[in-house]
Amino acid sequence: MSPLSLSLLTILGMAVATYASRAAGLMLMSRMSPGPRMQRFMRAIPGAILASIVAPSALAAGPAEAGAAVVTALTAWRYRNLPLAMVVGVGVVLVLRQVI
Amino acid sequence: MNTQMQQPSAGRLPFTLAGAVAGFRACVPVALGVGVYGVLFGLLARQKGMSWIEAQSMSLFIFAGASQLISLDLWGPDLPVASLIITTFIVNLRHVLMGAALSPQLLRLSAGQAFGSLFFMTDESWAMTLARYADDKRRALASDGAFLIGAGLAVFVCWNVSTALGHVLVRGLDDPGRYGLDFAFTAVFTALLVGLRPRRCDALPLIAATCAALLTARFCPGKWYILAGALAGGLVAAWGPGSAAGLAAAAQAPEVRP
Repeated sequence: MSPLSLSLLTILGMAVATYASRAAGLMLMSRMSPGPRMQRFMRAIPGAILASIVAPSALAAGPAEAGAAVVTALTAWRYRNLPLAMVVGVGVVLVLRQVI
Repeated sequence: MNTQMQQPSAGRLPFTLAGAVAGFRACVPVALGVGVYGVLFGLLARQKGMSWIEAQSMSLFIFAGASQLISLDLWGPDLPVASLIITTFIVNLRHVLMGAALSPQLLRLSAGQAFGSLFFMTDESWAMTLARYADDKRRALASDGAFLIGAGLAVFVCWNVSTALGHVLVRGLDDPGRYGLDFAFTAVFTALLVGLRPRRCDALPLIAATCAALLTARFCPGKWYILAGALAGGLVAAWGPGSAAGLAAAAQAPEVRP
């Protein structure tokens, strides 16, 4: 087998693995009726994933990032405008990284 | 597979071009941020000796930034095929929970619409769609099932164009951190978390998720921290203090299942 076709087959395998992970959640949920505990588990998942994505880069990266995350959160809470919150967050982190 | 089978009470969601366009437009700012990392991926792939066809195939068919970047570590003349595929699956395990979280809406689409849309589910398009559906629900608006595929396509286009740019054109890349661009994702996901408007009863699961994510990020490489935090948050919600009271509410709340 030529190196290119082996690498393309590997990439295909990785693509199948990735798609399996994307489809698995829906396949599981379509086959079971979750009980009350499972419902509470599932209802907590979206917020928990978002908090987990944010936590290391907002809280463990340094004071500039932590400060900018707080300002971003306040902006999002007050104005409910995602692009605005993004621009404010990037701006504040730039300034704080210079200052701190 | 007939995803409608166990959801007899749920009506179909509309799946319109307008819904896809709304998703696309909502996701464009974040997708441009993704593009910065696509350039980085293309550039690193070339430095690793990966051909343009290989790098572009990855972005077209795998379409998952974290696992593509991690796979560059393993890429070499003697391809560790099994390690690459297994690592990819493990890095992407968080998708299982993400897909499950969108299932109330996805179960109200045809199987083709739902499983087609899921190919385009990334951290970014998932979060935008979730936020949109939460907002629809709060304002008692009808949701459009095509939002996810639209949002995902915005990311897909940016990721693929930027992969090509990075591999073919760019000959050197500044550190994204220099312009604060690395923080754009943190800002977006922070804003989306705030947009879910967590209530007091969500506090403990969120704290558990945050602590678990911080600990895992400290000690494990890769994206394990997302899965660890999600599971911690879910387990505390299901079995932690106060869950008994909430359980009764969950059992009665009609909106939990479509």
